Amino acid sequence: MFHAYGPIFILFAVVVGFVGTTMLATHLLGPKRHTKAKDETFECGVPSVGNARVPFSVHYFLIAILFVLFDVEVVFFYPWAVNFHFLGWKGFGEILLFTLTVCVSLIYLIRHGVLDFEQE
Amino acid sequence: MLFWIEKISLVVLVFCVTLVIAMYATLAERKFAAFFQDRIGPDRAGPFGLLQPLADGIKFFFKEEFIPANADRFLFVLGPCLSMIAACMTTAVIPWGHDIVIFGQTMALQIADLNVGVLYLAGVVSLGVYGIMIGGWASNNKYSVLSAIRASSQMISYELAMGLALIALVMHTGSLSLREIVQAQHGGHWNVFFQPLGFLLFLICSFAEANRVPFDLAECETELVGGYHTEYSSMKLGFYLFAEYINMFIASAVMSALYFGGYHFPGLYHIGLSDNSAALVGVGVFFLKIAAFMFFFIWIRWTLPRFRYDQLMRLGWKILLPLAIANMIFTGFLSLLLG
Repeated sequence: MFHAYGPIFILFAVVVGFVGTTMLATHLLGPKRHTKAKDETFECGVPSVGNARVPFSVHYFLIAILFVLFDVEVVFFYPWAVNFHFLGWKGFGEILLFTLTVCVSLIYLIRHGVLDFEQE
Repeated sequence: MLFWIEKISLVVLVFCVTLVIAMYATLAERKFAAFFQDRIGPDRAGPFGLLQPLADGIKFFFKEEFIPANADRFLFVLGPCLSMIAACMTTAVIPWGHDIVIFGQTMALQIADLNVGVLYLAGVVSLGVYGIMIGGWASNNKYSVLSAIRASSQMISYELAMGLALIALVMHTGSLSLREIVQAQHGGHWNVFFQPLGFLLFLICSFAEANRVPFDLAECETELVGGYHTEYSSMKLGFYLFAEYINMFIASAVMSALYFGGYHFPGLYHIGLSDNSAALVGVGVFFLKIAAFMFFFIWIRWTLPRFRYDQLMRLGWKILLPLAIANMIFTGFLSLLLG
């Protein structure tokens, strides 16, 4: 277990070390000249208006929630796929049933227009 | 002890190779762009412009490090770091070549042979979303926020089809370890012949995951200026760009390993090479396949226009996702029928 995952931690340490050193180096090396106009948020040259963190189209939020739902379902497929030949027709039948429920939910979403981005 | 020394040297080697390839991918992109557009491209720094990536890198270091007054300082710095870390961590499970024997010690050319390699890959790749989302949100710039939201919903949408395409592959190979998947393709039994549709789905999704044309809506310069890295400068911008090229490299490596036989090449073990040199030739073959895929990424970028956002979402959810499910069921049915 440790032999299998240990090298990943070594890689992580190397990568984080590299990223940290680079960030520090670029922080120390580059010039810093602040002016009021420069520190403003970039909006194509005109004075910036309001805050960028405003309420946003709910579609994107729905997509995020749907992703969580569907991704969990995708993860359920993995154990079956690994033992696919062992489980045979019986496992296939069960997964067919499961896939059917996934498909029904996808069709439901499509019919409700949740995935239509062009209507607004 | 020897095991750890071996692993540390391999990690450092792989990391350096990844960085160098990412650096030279930028030059390759500019050179090929020039070729496609009938220009010369960068040719001033060194012979044929070969030192251009180095010059760019040094320039990044000496540029002003800029944080806008309205930005969240901590998250603003964290964003590009996360992007870079997530991109580099994916190199861990890719098998670069056969075992080689040095001084009687067998050395695996893979940082970690996880038995859940494919899952690890999918997990780490999806962490890349955080880098973009955090960076875009922290900038507190309208273009950046728009781009970050677009990029993250695009990436998560295409992850579904990608995961399902991988499931069809796992059913065929019966293993989640990348090393075993590559070894099973010995002798020309490349998975792409058994999973042509699965490969196509995976290819399209890797373009979307790497934010490359025609899926680069996060960076469409005509409407969103620079996208999620509009406010970035110096090496922080460099990390975002670097991460994109590393992702492209990793996507190419994964596609070569999963579908195109990895370090195998038909006839490689019949030409009478010693085991070590055959392994090294195999590494060369693997990198040639990766280079071919990277060229394909660049070729597409300078050939196709980008999608509109509703087209992109329709393709992901209404075409690729049902296709991936059908591919999975069809694969299962056929392989059970044929025993």
